[in-house]
Amino acid sequence: MKRRSSFSRFKEKMIEKFFLLNGLLVVFILVGIFYLLLNESLPTFQEVSIVEFFSSTIWNPTGYHQQSYGIVSLVFSTIVVTVGSLIFSVPLGIACAAYLSEIAPPKAREVLKPTIEILAGIPSVVIGFLGIVLIGPMIARLFNLPNGLNVINGSVLLGIMALPTIISISEDAINAVPDDYKKASLALGATEWQTLVKVTIPAALSGIIAAVMLGMGRAIGETMAVLMATGNAPAFPKSIFSAVRTLTATIGIELGEVAYNTTHYYSLFAVGLVLFVMTFLINIVSDWVLNKYEEAE
Amino acid sequence: MSKKVYGLIFLVLITLVFLVGCGRAPEGQNEEQEGAYIQIKGSDTSVNLSQMWAEEYMSKNEEVSISVTGGGSGTGIAAIINNKVDIANSSRDIKDSEKKQAEDNGIKIVEIAVAMDGLSVITNANNPVKDLTVEEIGKIFRGEITNWKEVGGPNLAINTYGRQSNSGTYVYFRDEVLNGDYTANMKRMNGNAQLVEAVKADESGIGYVGIGYVVKGEKVVKGINILDVNGASPLKAENVKTGAYPLARPLYQYTNGKPTGAVLELIKYELSDEGQELAVREGFYPVTEEYSRRNNENLGQ
Repeated sequence: MKRRSSFSRFKEKMIEKFFLLNGLLVVFILVGIFYLLLNESLPTFQEVSIVEFFSSTIWNPTGYHQQSYGIVSLVFSTIVVTVGSLIFSVPLGIACAAYLSEIAPPKAREVLKPTIEILAGIPSVVIGFLGIVLIGPMIARLFNLPNGLNVINGSVLLGIMALPTIISISEDAINAVPDDYKKASLALGATEWQTLVKVTIPAALSGIIAAVMLGMGRAIGETMAVLMATGNAPAFPKSIFSAVRTLTATIGIELGEVAYNTTHYYSLFAVGLVLFVMTFLINIVSDWVLNKYEEAE
Repeated sequence: MSKKVYGLIFLVLITLVFLVGCGRAPEGQNEEQEGAYIQIKGSDTSVNLSQMWAEEYMSKNEEVSISVTGGGSGTGIAAIINNKVDIANSSRDIKDSEKKQAEDNGIKIVEIAVAMDGLSVITNANNPVKDLTVEEIGKIFRGEITNWKEVGGPNLAINTYGRQSNSGTYVYFRDEVLNGDYTANMKRMNGNAQLVEAVKADESGIGYVGIGYVVKGEKVVKGINILDVNGASPLKAENVKTGAYPLARPLYQYTNGKPTGAVLELIKYELSDEGQELAVREGFYPVTEEYSRRNNENLGQ
């Protein structure tokens, strides 16, 4: 009897260690990726000045006369396309989540929920294709433009891709709001609509913000759809109708043809590092926001 | 004590799994050509033509299998430098820096011109401009001319469409026509077909593309106009042959060392009368005498 219990305690300890190892492994992988990016980026700055890299708007590593390594237009384009996708997907996503969890009759919910999940499974290449043959021409006709390969096209596509993430996580958050809150609100004479907008959604706000941040993470790192649908002109965007090229598209296009161990090669890793730091900052900010709301509650 | 041992074993196992996973990276290269599996990669301009040749050749020689992929001349050349393919398709000359890299990797690059291309400058069929000089085209793509009225067209802002930097056509056009950098506003399209579609839809668009993409069955694709350059049209075989058309260029295949075995047979087929006729049917032109001579030297015949 005694031996058995000591064995089961041992087993318990081992399982604990196993999970600890798994956690550590993930940390190792993250540190490894960061180290690799840093290690491969640093040689860039032996030939390119850091000031030029972060202040010049000209990105042309295979220039005819001279090479230019300025990422300002690329960073700005990435931010513009991402923010555009959020403007499109956040209101739509939250409204959809609110409808699904609070208003939809069970039958509609049964149909809608799997449909949204299927949307998440569509490969980004297919979304990019839609951008070329369907959404791009639609935008061109709507705004009377010669072509639809521009910021809006990229934003709409990224918005579509961020939607499933935003909807399903927001829905969980709204579902998790205790019924007591809603009942109390209704008992005070508020209408269903007032309850939803003034009580339920604010109560679920921390979860909704997390959903938006995750959606944003998906949008900012997406490569294929923006590569196909934004026109890839590495110029500083003048308007939302300009063709742009994002950080991810730059890496996606140029890494395939670059000669190893050249400044151009290293500079693409530096671009990757910038992207990594950007997503890292988004995560830190979202963490901070979440904590703040939890304190307030 | 025993806990530590277990932990250690676990770590070792994980490391092993990783190492095995990494060590088994697939190698694209065939050590011996007798395996009769040929991998071709590179230029998007010649990918369709190369595919046609491969299919015809395979239907006659069932023991040979050939895979053809695009990705751009730069991608193909990078692949042959890294010894990942048997043949690299390229629509531009290999650069000296690339040749040096190949030598450093123990690869001896051999160049064979397999067809001629009249690199076509295309506009929308509704655009009245039918003829431009090389200088004017250079100015348009450098961003110095931005309105069609400056070259005798309507008062309409010019939209330039080009390719991405891994495209041989991008490099060829830049070096031969622009002698400078493309305007940053040029839309860099992912492939020839997308470029043609964009110009088809855009009345103020101008782009460049291998002639095989805009000529099908000896007819110009609908909605597209192929410009005369310096007064010569690439649609006349004579202009490409004599060089009267200034953007006539060879399409190359690069191999590692003098081709032997199945690769040699395939290249011989491509250069045969039958192979060259196929190139013409795809919209391209036969290899000129000058390049034929060079081919014979390079193949050692």
